[in-house]
Amino acid sequence: MNKLVPFEWITALRFLKEGRMQTIFIVVAVAIGVAVIVFMSALLASLQANFLKRVLTSQPHIQLIPPDEVARVLRKPQEGEVAVAIVQRPVQRIRSIDQWQKVRSELTRWSEITNVSPSMSGSALGVRGAASRSIVVTGIDPNVYFNVVRIPDYLVAGQVRVLTDDILVGTELAKDLGVNVGEKIIVSSATGASRVLTVSGIFDLGNKSANQRSTFVALRTAQALFGLVGGVTSIDLTVTDPYEAETIAQRVQAVTGVEADSWIKTNAQFFTAVSAQQTSNTLIRVFVGLSVAFGIASVLVVSVIQRSKDIGILRAMGTSKEQILRVLLIQGGLLGFLGSLFGAVIGGGGLFFWHGYMRQADGSELFPLVLEPSLFAVAVLLAAVTGVAAAAVPALRAARLDPVVAIRG
Amino acid sequence: MAETNEVLRLEKVSKRYNVGTPVEVEVLHDIDLSVQRGEFVAVIGPSGSGKSTLLNIIGLLDRPTRGKLYVEGHETSRLGDDAITRLRGHSIGFVFQYHYLISAFTALENVMMPLLAERGFPNDTMRARAHTLLDQLGLARWENNLANNMSGGQQQRVAIARALAMNPAIILADEPTGNLDTKSADQVFEMMREVNRRNGTTFLLVTHNLDIAQRCDRVVEVIDGRVREGKVAA
Ligand SMILES: Nc1ncnc2c1ncn2[C@@H]1O[C@H](COP(=O)(O)OP(=O)(O)OP(=O)(O)O)[C@@H](O)[C@H]1O
Ligand SMILES: [Mg+2]
Repeated sequence: MNKLVPFEWITALRFLKEGRMQTIFIVVAVAIGVAVIVFMSALLASLQANFLKRVLTSQPHIQLIPPDEVARVLRKPQEGEVAVAIVQRPVQRIRSIDQWQKVRSELTRWSEITNVSPSMSGSALGVRGAASRSIVVTGIDPNVYFNVVRIPDYLVAGQVRVLTDDILVGTELAKDLGVNVGEKIIVSSATGASRVLTVSGIFDLGNKSANQRSTFVALRTAQALFGLVGGVTSIDLTVTDPYEAETIAQRVQAVTGVEADSWIKTNAQFFTAVSAQQTSNTLIRVFVGLSVAFGIASVLVVSVIQRSKDIGILRAMGTSKEQILRVLLIQGGLLGFLGSLFGAVIGGGGLFFWHGYMRQADGSELFPLVLEPSLFAVAVLLAAVTGVAAAAVPALRAARLDPVVAIRG
Repeated sequence: MAETNEVLRLEKVSKRYNVGTPVEVEVLHDIDLSVQRGEFVAVIGPSGSGKSTLLNIIGLLDRPTRGKLYVEGHETSRLGDDAITRLRGHSIGFVFQYHYLISAFTALENVMMPLLAERGFPNDTMRARAHTLLDQLGLARWENNLANNMSGGQQQRVAIARALAMNPAIILADEPTGNLDTKSADQVFEMMREVNRRNGTTFLLVTHNLDIAQRCDRVVEVIDGRVREGKVAA
């Protein structure tokens, strides 16, 4: 008996040790439950983190765009007339954000905004020899834009050089047009302007249609191409806390009067999916938790019956009801704790194994694993608390046991 | 109270079971009893006469339906659960027919248990005391055996050592030798007499063995829930 361990703990530990089989079985049961929860939660967290990382490095957190053009009804109804206006949606021209330099210098001052990147984009035709493809040309200032969308991370050939006559193209487009780094393509816009540009780099954004259509050129080149010298069609922002993007976007819109869309709004579907996953994850946790709790409770109920003589003897020797109560609560907590320790190891190990085993078609890993230590800590803590709670009923039973009855047997 | 040497006093103690139900029975009727410090009392009587009930009430495991019980001068009817538990822990030691050692613990640890329950944490003093008690009862060799790995007589002697751990004024022994062969029964009884002589511990010993009863200071006979003092007919 260790001098630092109190009576209740000594007794609880001995009882668990003596009831070897029961203890082992329930610990295994708890471990399986906790392993499932840990595996599932870690998997989900990894998938989400991976997806978020991709999303947040391949698109701005907030994008400022000029308002839609709307047609105004010019004819005013006369006295006593009701006019039903059939308004056609006007053609959306490429337009610049009004006074964008002012907007930019304003936003640059905001501490929660880390990058302000004006850009100009529009559609054009990419031509090489007989092949032509419709493309989206985005004119950028590479110094800031690459902080928002990390094209350099996705580069597969050439370099991320964006001078006046350079163009970065996606892998699919390069294939379709049959171009390599250093070769030239002709880019012509709807306004009739056209430029001959040199492919300086080829990127792979991990998305086929983006690789087919996205191209990047210098801002001035795009402005010339689309006939909007000095204008920009969007201002892309990154913020310190991506999860605050929506509220910041609303403030930006209020202050500047320019429409601001956060990535949270444009990826609403993703968040719906995440919340659906989280709901089902929570349900599974609750039900696994319940079955763990009932498992622990039933084992303890049985052990209280089996140990009624021991408990009666302890009471006769001057052990109080509260002490007996604590012995049982500690047993419950220990079962939850031990089970969840093994469960965390099994769940975490299982995930590692599964992750190492499952490979993408090309043999690279599916996604990087995110194993938060806090997940394990929380799982173990919750299981211990569940164990204590589950022990409440058997503990009360044990405390109320009449020593006379217990001893008479 | 005139006699300061009285450790136990029952005044008109009655016990009813199943109160308020059709099967209500009174198993003890207006029992008066007084026991002096250091007395070794045999409690005899036919099966079902109420000996265990009487001992359980004296041992504060059960409460009388009517009447007053004084343990070492404390009137117990108004004490709450915790106070009763504490008084029981300090004043009373139990030895039962089925030794009832806790099988998860060694002999030494079983003897330490009452001290441990009271103090909360184990310490060397407890260990030393448990060892001394076992040694006095000739059990030092077996002190690290788990309770189940000992003979019935050995277990019963460990139970006596455990009853002595808190140095209680009274030890209640309900047929402690009932399950033992004659030789072991004799050994266990002699051990208790020895403790009684050496420490002045008061004993109430329920027994069906008239030979043993004769070797006690005093014999109390329980018949149909009433007590009768007397010498055993030889
Ligand atoms: N919990 C109870 N409910 C109802 N009746 C009880 C209860 N406990 C004991 N009795 C009854 O009280 C009477 C006395 O029982 P007790 O156990 O005190 O007898 P005893 O003298 O110890 O007998 P034995 O020598 O067989 O141990 C018996 O008739 C028994 O049936
Ligand atoms: Mg009896």
